[in-house]
Amino acid sequence: MTEYLLIDLDTERWVCRVCAHDLGDAHGNYKPGTLVYDRDPREIHQPILDPARYEFTFSPDPSYCRILEFYCPGCATQLETEYVPPGHPPTVDMVWDVAALRRQWSERGTDPEEVFNYGPGEDAEKHTAHHRASGHIR
Amino acid sequence: MTAITNDPQPLTEQEQTWVDQFMDETTLFLGPDPEIMRSHSIAGRSVYEDACIAKGVDRATVERVRKRVAGALDEGYEMCEAQGAAPGAKWGDLTTAIYTAAGDVSYLSCHGVIAFSAILHHPIRYIMKYWKDEPTVGVHPGDGFIHNDARFGNVHNTDQSMIMPVMRDGEIIAWVAATIHEGENGACEPGGMPSGSETAFDDGLRMSPFKIVEKGHLRRDLLTFLQHSVRDPKLQLADLKVKIGSVNRIMERVDALIDEVGVEAFVAALRVTIEDVDAEVRRRISELPDGTVSFNQFMDSTLKENILIKLACKIHIEGDKMTVDLRGTGPEILNRAINSPLCSVKSMFMQAILAFWWPDLPRCTSAMSCIEIISDEGTWADASYDAPMGQSLQASFRGFSAFQSLYGKMQFSTPNKYSNVVANWFNQINTFLWGGITQHGDTVGNLCADLNGMPGGAKPFKDGEDSVSPLFCAMADTAEQEVMEEEVPFMQLVSKRLVRDNMGFGKFTGGMGYEMIVASEGTPHWGFMTVTSGAKFSSIYGMFGGYGCGTYPLATVKGVNVYDAIREDPSKFDLSMEKVMNEQPFDGGKYATHHMGLQFDVAKDGELYMIAQGAGGGYGDPLERDPEAVLKDIELNRITAKVARDIFAVAYDEATLRLDADATAELRTQARRDRLGRGRPYQEFVDSWVTEEPPADLLYYGSWGDDTDDLTATIFEIDGPRRVKAPIGELPIIMIPDRRELKIAELEAQVARLEAKHGETVHRLA
Repeated sequence: MTEYLLIDLDTERWVCRVCAHDLGDAHGNYKPGTLVYDRDPREIHQPILDPARYEFTFSPDPSYCRILEFYCPGCATQLETEYVPPGHPPTVDMVWDVAALRRQWSERGTDPEEVFNYGPGEDAEKHTAHHRASGHIR
Repeated sequence: MTAITNDPQPLTEQEQTWVDQFMDETTLFLGPDPEIMRSHSIAGRSVYEDACIAKGVDRATVERVRKRVAGALDEGYEMCEAQGAAPGAKWGDLTTAIYTAAGDVSYLSCHGVIAFSAILHHPIRYIMKYWKDEPTVGVHPGDGFIHNDARFGNVHNTDQSMIMPVMRDGEIIAWVAATIHEGENGACEPGGMPSGSETAFDDGLRMSPFKIVEKGHLRRDLLTFLQHSVRDPKLQLADLKVKIGSVNRIMERVDALIDEVGVEAFVAALRVTIEDVDAEVRRRISELPDGTVSFNQFMDSTLKENILIKLACKIHIEGDKMTVDLRGTGPEILNRAINSPLCSVKSMFMQAILAFWWPDLPRCTSAMSCIEIISDEGTWADASYDAPMGQSLQASFRGFSAFQSLYGKMQFSTPNKYSNVVANWFNQINTFLWGGITQHGDTVGNLCADLNGMPGGAKPFKDGEDSVSPLFCAMADTAEQEVMEEEVPFMQLVSKRLVRDNMGFGKFTGGMGYEMIVASEGTPHWGFMTVTSGAKFSSIYGMFGGYGCGTYPLATVKGVNVYDAIREDPSKFDLSMEKVMNEQPFDGGKYATHHMGLQFDVAKDGELYMIAQGAGGGYGDPLERDPEAVLKDIELNRITAKVARDIFAVAYDEATLRLDADATAELRTQARRDRLGRGRPYQEFVDSWVTEEPPADLLYYGSWGDDTDDLTATIFEIDGPRRVKAPIGELPIIMIPDRRELKIAELEAQVARLEAKHGETVHRLA
C-alpha cells in the first residue's frame, strides 16, 4: 500500500515491507502499530541564517510546527513523517476496505508484489531496473 | 400601528406568480449564480448534440477533429506566447481551449495551464444563461466576452479571458477562448495578486463576463474604462489584441475543419470527447482500492501576520465513485487576501488530476466531472462573495498538494499506473512582484518569472528535479533575467543560485530551489512585494518516510546602497543570502528577516531584497539513501557535512570524499537503534502528546483533529482576542486587527511600564 507497508490479505494485518513485522489490524489505522517520535523541525531543516540574530532562518518554528516520525518497531525504518502543530492529533492517513481489496486482487488474478511498479515511462523503467539490480529498491 | 409577525401567510399561486414576476423585472444586479458556480460537472447532452451523435460517430473522424483542434489550439497558444505583452504570457502562463456550446472544455492546448479546464465553463454558462437572450447583450458571430473575476469562475483575478462563440445558422455550436495571466489588474498593489487586499474591492478589476468585442470590433469605450482602471494601460490593450488575434486564428482553423467534416461531425466529436473522458475517469477510479485517505495541511500566514490555518482533505473511494471532503478546513478571514473561491481550489484539483494523476487524458472538464466534492461555504478554501481573494493561490495550491499527496497512497498498489509515484511538488510562488516607474518612464506592475522555478518532488527511483517548473504549468519558462532588466529598473544580483541543504531529504531527495537577490536603481519610484507563506511551517511534506521542504524567509538590507558599496569595492559582489545576512558586509545597512508576505515596499536605490525558492518533497527513509549519492551532493556543495552526518548517517574522508562504507553501516545501525530507543508506542505517545486545543498563544483556524465538526478560531473583541469553537455555520465573522495597531499598543504599554518603573511622569493629550 506504500513503500514500506503492505496488507497481508490472508491474515488481514498490516505488515512492514522491509522486515515483515506485524503492524496491526489492516481494517484500521496502521499507526497504532508504530513507534512515534516528536522531532524538533530545526534538527532536520537546519538554520541557514543565524538563529541568534534572526527570527526567520530557513528552519520551521518549533512552536508552530513539529515533525512526527513513525518508525517500524521491528527494523526502525521511518515509515512516514507528518508535519503538524504541537499537540494536533496525528492524521489517520489511510483506511482501506480489506474485503474490497481482496475482491479486486482476486479479479486481477495476479500477485500484487510481482506486478508492482512505480509507473510508466522509459525513465521509470531504466532507473527502477538499475536500482532493483543493485538491491537499492525492493 | 403595523403588526409584525414572524409567521407569514403562505402565498396563493397567483400571488407567487406576481412576486416572481416582480423579482424578475426588478433585479438590482446579477451576481455569481450558485447553480453555475457550485457545479464542476459536465452539462447533459443537448438535443442538438444528441441528434449529431445519433447520426453515427465515426471514430476516425473524432480522432481527426481532436488532432486538428489540438493543432489549432497550440497555434493560438504560441501566438499568445510570442506576442503577449504580459510577462506571464511570455513564460507560458496561459491557455487556449475549445468548449462545447454549454461551456464544457473539450480540448485544451497541449502547453499551458491545465487548471483552466476546470474553470471556464462557469463564465460560459453564465453568458448562456444571462446574456444570450438578454436584448441588451445577446451573442452574435464575432462577439467576444472578457472576464477575470474568480467569483464568476477563474483561478485568480490576474487571469483575463477572451471568449468567443462559434456559430452556425444563428446557433452557438462551440466556444473558443484564450486566457493569459496578465498580472496588473488595478488591485491595491501592483501585479494583480495583492497580498495586502483587505476587502474584495482591493482585489482590483472584477470583470463579470461582458461583451467587449461586438461583431468583430473591440469596443473603445469599454477598453478605455479598463485602461483607466489599471496601472499598465498599454498592457491591457496589447494583450486584448493578442487574445483576440489568437482566438480568431483558432476560429479560422475551426471554420476550415467544419467545412471539411461538417457541423454535425464537429459537434459530435467535441461531445464524444468529453463523454469518453468521463467514462474513462470512472473506470480509472474503479481501479483504485476502496477506502479513505486523508491529508491535513497547515498554512502559517495571512500574508500580514503569522497564524496557522488548516486545509483538510479526505478522499473516499468506493467502486467507481470518488468523494472529496474538505470539511474541517479553517474559516475564511474576511479582511485577509488568502481566501479562495471553491472553483479556484477545484481548478487546482484538476491540475493535479490532469498533470500528475492521468496526464494521458484529453484535458476536458469531464476529467473531474464525476468526482463529488463536499465543502462548507465560508471556509478559506470555499470563500464567500464578500471575501478578499487577492492571494487565493494560498488555498488553491494546497488543494493541488492534497490531491498530489493523496494520490500517492491511492495509486501505489495499483498494477496499472498512468503516472509515476511522486512526492509533493513545491507549492509556493516564491518570487518578487514589483511595480513603479521604469527607466523608460512607464508605470508598470507585474512579477518575476522565478515563481516558475518550483522544484519537483522525489520519485521512488530518482531524485526530484531542481527548480524545474511550476506545479501549474509543466512547460513554463523562468525567462531571461537580462531581457527583463531592459524593461524594468532592477537587477537580480543573484539569480538561480541553489541554496545549500534546501531539499526534501529522503531515500531520494526532492529537488532544490534557488535564491534571488534583487535591488532597484535609477527609478523615481519602485517597490517589491512577496506573496507567499511557509516561513514558519513547511508548506510541503515528504512521502513515505521522506521529509518536506524547510521554511523560507524574506531577508532585506535597507538603508544602504549596495551598488555604491560594490562600485567602491567590487570584491563585495560575492553575494548569497547566507553570506549577506550572517556576515553583514554592507556597513550602515539594516539587516532584517520577515515572513514571505511583504506588502508593496518602497525600494530605494541599492536596497537588497532576498528570497529563495523552496524544495520538493523527499521520498522514503533518508537512512536508505545511497551513500554515494550523499557524497555526490557533498562534492557538488549541495549539502553540508552536518546534513550528510545528521540526516543521512554517512561517514567519509573529508579530504578525499571517499566513502567509509563500514563506518556508514555502523552509523546507520546506530541511527536505527536510536529510533527504537526514542520512539514511543503510538497510543502512549498520543495520550501524552495530543492536546484538547491548540497552544494558547497560537492563532489557529480549522478543526483540531479530524473527529469533530467544530472549527477552532480566534476572534478579536472589545476585550481582545478570544478563542471560539463551533461548527462553521455558527462561527462569527473572522477578522484580524491591523498588526501595526497591535504593535503600537504593545509599544505604548512597554513605554508606560518603563515610565512607571523609572518614575517619569508624562502628560499626553488623548
